[in-house]
Amino acid sequence: MTSALELQALRKSFGKTEIIRGVDLSIARGERHAIIGPNGAGKSTLFNLISGRYECTSGRIRLNGEDITNRKPFEINRLGLSRSFQITNIFHNLSVFENLRCAVLWSLGYKYSFWHRLTALKDARERADEILEAIGLASRRARLAGLLTYAEQRALEIGITIAGGANVILLDEPTAGMSRSETERAIQLVRKVTEGKTLIMVEHDMGVVFGLADRISVLVYGEVIATGTQAEVQANAAVQEAYLGATHKEIASA
Amino acid sequence: MRYEPVNIARWIIWGSAAAVMAVLPLIFSQGFAITLLSQMGIAIIFALSYNMLLGQSGMLSFGHAVYSGLGAYIAVHALNMASKGQLWMPVSLLPLVGGLAGAFFGVLFGYVTTKRAGTTFAMITLGIGELVFSCSLMFPEFFGGEGGITTNRVFGQPFLGITFGPAIQVYYLIAIWCLASMALMYAWSQTPLGRIANAVRDNPERAEFVGYDTQKVRWFTLIISAFFAGISGALACINFEIVTAENVSAARSGSVLLAAFIGGVGFFFGPIIGACLFVYFFAALSDHTKAWLLYLGLFFLMMVIFAPGGIASLIMMQLPVIAKKRFKRLVPAYCAAGAAGLLVLAALVLTIEMTYKVSVDSATGTAMKLFGIEFDAATAGPWIVAAALWIVGGWLFNTARKRVTSTWGEIQAELAESRA
Repeated sequence: MTSALELQALRKSFGKTEIIRGVDLSIARGERHAIIGPNGAGKSTLFNLISGRYECTSGRIRLNGEDITNRKPFEINRLGLSRSFQITNIFHNLSVFENLRCAVLWSLGYKYSFWHRLTALKDARERADEILEAIGLASRRARLAGLLTYAEQRALEIGITIAGGANVILLDEPTAGMSRSETERAIQLVRKVTEGKTLIMVEHDMGVVFGLADRISVLVYGEVIATGTQAEVQANAAVQEAYLGATHKEIASA
Repeated sequence: MRYEPVNIARWIIWGSAAAVMAVLPLIFSQGFAITLLSQMGIAIIFALSYNMLLGQSGMLSFGHAVYSGLGAYIAVHALNMASKGQLWMPVSLLPLVGGLAGAFFGVLFGYVTTKRAGTTFAMITLGIGELVFSCSLMFPEFFGGEGGITTNRVFGQPFLGITFGPAIQVYYLIAIWCLASMALMYAWSQTPLGRIANAVRDNPERAEFVGYDTQKVRWFTLIISAFFAGISGALACINFEIVTAENVSAARSGSVLLAAFIGGVGFFFGPIIGACLFVYFFAALSDHTKAWLLYLGLFFLMMVIFAPGGIASLIMMQLPVIAKKRFKRLVPAYCAAGAAGLLVLAALVLTIEMTYKVSVDSATGTAMKLFGIEFDAATAGPWIVAAALWIVGGWLFNTARKRVTSTWGEIQAELAESRA
């Protein structure tokens, strides 16, 4: 069986600075995979490469076996990969419902249609309402997305990401900036809406990572230094070195 | 079959729009009024087509006259061919020719302009606008050079007694096309493409990540917008029986931006108000004063600073207050502010007109007549009156403005409380 997502010797440089330095990663279908690592390790850059926001300097990316290296974001999305953003990225001047309806239109085949009336598109409405229910924003249906609370906007962010029915979901720090109870709810939401899908997430909160992920990759200075289950990663000498080594150096220099 | 509730409000709105358009020329039946109404109909289509770009898709165009103007040029040539019998085409269908021509140039130029969004888009439209305008002087066979291309809308046998000779027949032709265009453009805003255009306006990046090629969304939207701009161009060709380089000029592009903005780009009906007001300004003021552009500029400035959402947003702000039956309390404050505003306006008009008289127009003497009063702008008296008007009007207006603000604040607080 081909992997849901496969990265081969992926590299990305900005000018002379190499941010991603040869990443190889294979993620199986249905797997929940977390990417962790210190700040500036290149986690978000990796997501931007996979989703087509940045061009790769070299290497290959395959989605369900198909080469998607340096394709446009909308092409990659149409092939079944959808992503969320670390900084909330929604349609601020549209209602919550319209945000979700916009996110389902392409996948339902309406494309650039100007001969369908939106109100007559029962499937788009039902799908949008279904997602609205799933992300717990049914009571905010008609509110402008820009007026939602931060946690609600994060939920909508996830809603937009999953609405199109993509089978590979990339979530970039879905719980960033949330309180403890909001994080709990967000984890449940992510677990519920990614049921049966491949999930790849960047996350700082280890509680979230250990609660959700089947496997974990540790990214340090643009390289994956370890991939495995929670126990494997925790026992890995290189990971301990990377996480604890910094502490030793800090202590030494103090 | 799915049960779909009949949208009564929608039928009432469109029905009354049609009724108003049908009845207006019967009430204002002077030749001048009919001309004005015809121009308003043309301007409404043009402004709405412009707002498809600006308000609905976030594309600030400085060259929209290219599409209406080239639509008008193609239409004028088609009309001339038809009157010579080289082409079968009734005058009533000429707007369709203009629309298709507009759309054709939308396909052509739009492919270039919509490659980019934002400031770059605005700059490219400016460039295309200048390009087409300079072409109009370079190719006199097609554009008619300085004098433009003239035509005659009356030819062949009258159909059911309609020759399109009398202005009133032209008005009704414009009214029908205007109503149809309004309905179609509204319908467009309720389609998948229309909604995605809103999404692209709000956040182009996210639109790409839900599967949309934003470049195509902008391009397709521009083509449709150019189609309606072309319709307005062809109607202008029928109405004026002449098309000149002015039709594709930057000035024309600028005025549609002004009209749409004054009306309000955030609401579908905003540009309709803007277009009517703009035509009225143009026709009524340019006859009475040489400084009419100055007034228009000042008005635009005031709108941008104090009501950036345009007149439509001012109207929409009142609706919740009216719905909660609290508008009555605002009426006295509004009336006071309106009266004081008139005083300030009188002061402004007096100052501008006297300045014009003294500085630009003094060759014919400095005696002048304003508000039915004759006086000499070179004497101190009227200037003292103007100064007094400024002081009194300004003070009154400021007081009234505070009253409006405080009443408005009270009502908003009450409404917020009743919601909580």
